Amino acid sequence: MSFSPALIRQDFPIFERTVREGKKLVYLDSGATSQKPHSVIEAESGFYKFHNAAVHRGAHQLAEEATDAYENARLIVSKFLNAPGGSDEIIFTKNATESLNLLAYSMGNAEGTNRFALKAGDRIVVSEMEHHANLIPWQQLCARTGAELGWFSVTPEGRLDLSAIDSVITADTKVVALTHQSNVLGTIIPLEAIVARAHAVGAVVVLDACQSVPHMPVDVAALEIDFLSFSGHKTLGPTGIGVLWGRKNLLDELPPFLFGGSMIEYVTMTDATWAMTPAKFEAGVPNMAQAVGLGAALNYLSEIGMENVHSHEVALTAYLLEAMREIEGLKLVGPNDTHLRGGAISFMVQDIHPHDLGQYLDSQGVAVRTGHHCAWPLAKALNVPASTRASLYLYNDESDCDALVHAIVGAKKYFGRF
Amino acid sequence: MQLDSLYQEVILDHYKHPQHKGLSSNFAAQVSHVNASCGDEIILNINLEGDLISELTWDGQGCSISQASVSIMTDLLTGKTLDQAAIILKSFSDLMASKGTSAGDELVLEDAIAFAGVSKFPGRIKCSLLGWMAFKDAAIQAQSRK
Repeated sequence: MSFSPALIRQDFPIFERTVREGKKLVYLDSGATSQKPHSVIEAESGFYKFHNAAVHRGAHQLAEEATDAYENARLIVSKFLNAPGGSDEIIFTKNATESLNLLAYSMGNAEGTNRFALKAGDRIVVSEMEHHANLIPWQQLCARTGAELGWFSVTPEGRLDLSAIDSVITADTKVVALTHQSNVLGTIIPLEAIVARAHAVGAVVVLDACQSVPHMPVDVAALEIDFLSFSGHKTLGPTGIGVLWGRKNLLDELPPFLFGGSMIEYVTMTDATWAMTPAKFEAGVPNMAQAVGLGAALNYLSEIGMENVHSHEVALTAYLLEAMREIEGLKLVGPNDTHLRGGAISFMVQDIHPHDLGQYLDSQGVAVRTGHHCAWPLAKALNVPASTRASLYLYNDESDCDALVHAIVGAKKYFGRF
Repeated sequence: MQLDSLYQEVILDHYKHPQHKGLSSNFAAQVSHVNASCGDEIILNINLEGDLISELTWDGQGCSISQASVSIMTDLLTGKTLDQAAIILKSFSDLMASKGTSAGDELVLEDAIAFAGVSKFPGRIKCSLLGWMAFKDAAIQAQSRK
């Protein structure tokens, strides 16, 4: 079957509504959060309707069914990512931000000869194009441990500057944490040389895959990375569910971060030992219905095929970039071709402030994001205090791009009156 | 179009031709306020003569609403006493909280009633309040240093 955004849209109830006085919803903000298909909404509510019970506890049928559903979701995630160690390598969190914080705080808890123990003289490497979620946890971990934060800078075209890779990833580097695809620029990071250099110095590679897992095939085994995070809600899944994947041997060595029920092996009044991975990292009753919803979302994407999703988005990005070239006064923030580039497209239009542009687009039914996109240091590095971002997904088509272009031209006229 | 209630002519005029922009070299207090969610920034200088606001100057960057609001505010509050300014600030804050149900008191707010339409757009209220909150902060600081 050929790829049809129009058919796909029929699976998403939100596209049945209109916005701003009867206008068609042109949703170009999937980079912030995606819309949800029926199958996800039904899986989440079905869990509550038919199987609700606390997982991994309870001596009854519902608890068994809930545990099965939850653990099945873990299996679906592990297959989706091609996790070499299977579902034991999948930790459910609240979102990608929590996944990255979990990792940073767990490393901060490591002591002595633990490979994750950090001290002055050690180094953590990020990049200038990180979302705050993959910057601040590491910045603050450095502040707590005395380790030094280093980073790759960004070229004016919006690519990672890898020209000095050996002096950025030094022999003292313990962690290299990078975004897989920039949420502002759309840039996809070439990982091969980075992973090779990181592993050569004994560092682990952490990938913030929030903007890649929803949009292209991501095979953690093939990428040879060590940890990966993504959010369910950007991947057609519910809010309140995220994933941290890590290699089993690394997760086993990593100390826990959150303490409480479910994550223990043995407890006395003065001491405790920890459960095996992944339970060690999942204290308390987890977001069960949301994990089940995420499983349904990944099944939906797998049925369509992530290769198909990706090639659709690349083609649509090419179409939109071409159309934007025709708009006088529009300046792209990020690569102007589709080489190693996803469908997050940020731009400025003349001297119209992005907030005002976004407001006008909204009046035409076009939903975009404006501002610094939670990447303030990048905005400063590129000297672009704020921009407007359109982000594409599998349910968007050329008519959405046309509507955006038409509305941008309208905004120029509207704000050009004065 | 509903958008026209947001983008009043006086707002866009102040955005294109901001008043009191450019920071004074002397000040009784200087404050810097940002909207962390969008990156809009305002630096505001205040000078007092007794209880009179003798000078307000500012610099900043941001959207038409945040920049026009601080421009109109500095026009409006310069020459007022701190007590008068507190009444105007209260009136403006109430207008912003009115969700489109109030037209604003023109006798108190003068040109600032142009922002009445902003109260219908929840995402933009913090834009219009950025400069006013900076003023509130600056006035407190300037008084505490007297």
